[in-house]
Amino acid sequence: MKRMSRFILGLVVTMVGLFLLLPILVIIPLSFNPEPYFSFTGKMLQLDPNGWSLRWYREVVQDPQWRLAFKNSITVAAIVTPIATALGTCAALGLRHLPPTQRTVVTLFVSAPLIVPIIIVAAGTYLLFAPLGLTQSLTGIVLSHISLAAPFVVITVSGALTTFDERLLRAAAILGASPVRAFCRVTLPIMAPGVAAGALFAFATSFDEAVLTLFLAGYDQRTIPLQMWSGVRDQLSPAVLVVASLLVAAVSIVMVGLSLHQALSRQRSKQLGYGAEH
Amino acid sequence: MRRSVLFPPGWRLLLPLLAFTAAVFIMPIGVILWKSIHDPEVAALLPATTASLESWSDETMLPPSASFDALASDMRNLVEVARIGELALRLNREQPGFRQLVERSAAKIHDEGTPLVETDRRWSDPASWRLIKRASEPYTPRYLLNAVDMRVTPDGTIGRQDEQRQIYLRLFARTILVAAIVTGLCALIGYPFAYALSVSEGMLRSALYFVVMLPFWTSLLVRTTAWIVILQRQGVVNELLVSAGLIADNERFALIYNFFGTVIAMVYVLLPFFILPLQAVMRGIPGQYVRAAESLGGNPARVFRRIYLPMTMPGIVAGGALVFILSLGYYVTPALVGGRTGQLISNQIAFHIQSSLNWGLAAALGTLLLMLVILISMVFSRVVPIGRPQR
Amino acid sequence: MHVSRLLRAMSVCILVAGTHAAYAADSLTVVSYGGQYTASQRVAHYEPFARKTGIEIKSVDYNGGLAELVAQVRSGSVSWDVVDVEMQDLERGCSDGLFERVDLDKLPSGTDGKPAKEDFLDGALHPCGVGSVVWSNVIAVNDPAFAGRTGPQTIDDFFDVAAFPGKRGLPKRPNALLEWALMADGVEPASVYEVLSTPEGLDRAFRKLDTIKDESVFWETGAQMIQLLVDGEVAMSTAYNGRIQGAISDDGKPLRIVWDRQIWNADYYAVVRGSREKAAAEDFVRFATGTEALAAQARVIAYGPIRRSAEALIDPKIAATLPTASVNFQNALAFNAAWWTDHGDVVNERYAAWLAQ
Repeated sequence: MKRMSRFILGLVVTMVGLFLLLPILVIIPLSFNPEPYFSFTGKMLQLDPNGWSLRWYREVVQDPQWRLAFKNSITVAAIVTPIATALGTCAALGLRHLPPTQRTVVTLFVSAPLIVPIIIVAAGTYLLFAPLGLTQSLTGIVLSHISLAAPFVVITVSGALTTFDERLLRAAAILGASPVRAFCRVTLPIMAPGVAAGALFAFATSFDEAVLTLFLAGYDQRTIPLQMWSGVRDQLSPAVLVVASLLVAAVSIVMVGLSLHQALSRQRSKQLGYGAEH
Repeated sequence: MRRSVLFPPGWRLLLPLLAFTAAVFIMPIGVILWKSIHDPEVAALLPATTASLESWSDETMLPPSASFDALASDMRNLVEVARIGELALRLNREQPGFRQLVERSAAKIHDEGTPLVETDRRWSDPASWRLIKRASEPYTPRYLLNAVDMRVTPDGTIGRQDEQRQIYLRLFARTILVAAIVTGLCALIGYPFAYALSVSEGMLRSALYFVVMLPFWTSLLVRTTAWIVILQRQGVVNELLVSAGLIADNERFALIYNFFGTVIAMVYVLLPFFILPLQAVMRGIPGQYVRAAESLGGNPARVFRRIYLPMTMPGIVAGGALVFILSLGYYVTPALVGGRTGQLISNQIAFHIQSSLNWGLAAALGTLLLMLVILISMVFSRVVPIGRPQR
Repeated sequence: MHVSRLLRAMSVCILVAGTHAAYAADSLTVVSYGGQYTASQRVAHYEPFARKTGIEIKSVDYNGGLAELVAQVRSGSVSWDVVDVEMQDLERGCSDGLFERVDLDKLPSGTDGKPAKEDFLDGALHPCGVGSVVWSNVIAVNDPAFAGRTGPQTIDDFFDVAAFPGKRGLPKRPNALLEWALMADGVEPASVYEVLSTPEGLDRAFRKLDTIKDESVFWETGAQMIQLLVDGEVAMSTAYNGRIQGAISDDGKPLRIVWDRQIWNADYYAVVRGSREKAAAEDFVRFATGTEALAAQARVIAYGPIRRSAEALIDPKIAATLPTASVNFQNALAFNAAWWTDHGDVVNERYAAWLAQ
């Protein structure tokens, strides 16, 4: 009986796992398509090496539009990330000092960008920014991305601080540390993982944002998501699949790297004999 | 410790983000709310007419001749600055046919000096004037009414929209239906996976975790594109079915660019949002509860139903609320894979901002959607306290 | 404090990024329909123009209609210089003051020496724009979907779901579609627009469309239309002839064009009112509508050149695939841009509602 249910659970989990994983992986072979369409050709299905081509990889690397999109995406995310992280971290620290009811209200307020439908914000931002000359400029995109990214930082940093014991700061003060020093030596290390996670979220949010950018960008502000959007809607070019494959590869590498790093540092702390499990 | 009464220490740290959010996030929403009831366009295009119609009291009769002169002069000015098209488009939205009427009359007035009355017999009908007067009122319920398939009739009463133009209530219903189906499916397939994730350890846990996190961190555009590749007629699913001999080559299923495509792609995109909070709750449930219940002789199904399921309920509600609320506002996925039958309310808002240029209606639809989201958040936060510190 | 210095540095960064996005003076933004069509313009018009003048062309795609342009003008940020527009958008945009007037006397003569005014086809020269191609709305059939049987040959067949089962691709804009619906319902081509002008006629067209609605898949762009056909997502579709011809001759796709009751139309280059590069934009329009440039375009996409002098420069094999070839042109209907300018608002709104229902 028990074995049976374990088996069924295993089967279901495998199927859900495949559902989660396969769609992403199926893109990769199609990016070697020799034709300007989204489907496998007969030759590709027969695994004929001549039926596969790097045509669209060359296209993406050489196409000035994709290069511009890449540059814009990186530029925007690189400006958004530190600002959103700074604003969000300050806010998370501030939240701790508020009485519970105020804290609830303020938390709801700052996390609103996470649940308000993005199309409403995008439409409103467009109508608000256009007369101010902030459409068709990277400035407008950066500003709107910051407001979307900062809540993630607030949440991750607040999360890291929930276990923080205020008495540690008092202890530091008693031992003669200045408030700045106490902050740097006590608070900062504790919230650092939260800040890092928040920064990662902020970067990903900005890098992947499509809707606000769609309303605010002109030709010169195209980002990777926009270029993919028009690649799927207007042109249906397999160049989209190439970029998709590259993004999946990048995400996988980052994730594997992070988990290796985590595993290593866990092992090291085990060897040193502290903080093995929390 | 207290340095400033106005801004205690917590608020001082919060202020930068609050100010920023107010400017870049709250103000755009304010613009939407405002535009859903405020539309000064006609009044701005027809300043003299608007002023003169204010003294027009008996609306069953034609307005005084001064109003005719005012409208003629306003129209002449608009032709000169090449903005007559804006007026024509705007009034046509109130009453189909006004585009032609306005453009032709304006051309005759401007080019030939014809008096307004003689350009078209509709100017001798008080209804046309009532329409202009109504349209020139800066505060108007018409967009909000339009958004629920109602309208202000030319005689000023409120009635149902013409049959042909009734679409928005149905779209709201479809949006809610899609959100419900997506949430249900996420719960159905996410629950066992979250359970496995919460009880597994070591390598298996890392592997399962990777399987959820890879799509979670992958670009939304990539994930949606993947489903086009899989579900289209020459896509992976149909190819497999054909080569397995289950369907003939010309009987391939239409799996995408319709309602089904929207639902399946959204389930895929939103599934991690259900699994992650749920597995966190599950992980916090000590194993001994279940073991104790089992050792007391409860059969597994009963233990699950009476003990485990209720304990995981907060996770289900939290994940479900997140998925449901995010679904209501989905735009990118339906736009790319929804075809005609898989479009949601967000797509209609974008349509009115970008294509039909009916910004007031877009704002009204946005306002209603926002209300819906707030309402549903409140319902959920009664069940599970969102934003309150959880233990 | 460090944070404030950091913030100040960042705000400088933002400002720099913002001003950096301002426009370089040596480029033009030209807007067109994307896919193979824009590709043909790039080869035949944009690149030669850039080589000749050193002015780079930035190519932007759109789906037709004037909405984006109006939004730019109304919201006060015009970023387009030249737009490729269809006839009815040109008419409408011209009367709404969205385009600059063209000085038709400055257009170059044909390579055979004929002055521009005689060289262009009738209607190709408009106060607001200069014609570039003749193209056509046709039905495209994906023959493998009818495995062995004869596929649809006429417009009537396209609307006959019982005799020709299979999904239909339809456009998200009703242009040309309503005309076909009426003709398939028995209205003579000569009186199509007359009937469409009456409320009953319009209802009749929509009733005819109702008969294929459930069997239809809707596309927004020419590229989507091609993809639907190539993937077998639809068995037949309303289509632009040039893109279909491209898929047939360049990629060897098994598609077929039904020329029965083709509805032909023209595209124009127009200069956007308020363009920052007006002089360069006008230069571009003159260059791109020259005999050589138009002939070069017809060599890469099956749209007829709108100048008589360009026809002589085209390979007869290619000429036979153009909408203007006499075999294809037998019962062609001319798209009535004036009718669409007058009725477009009402009809488009009704069609959008019909789609959403």
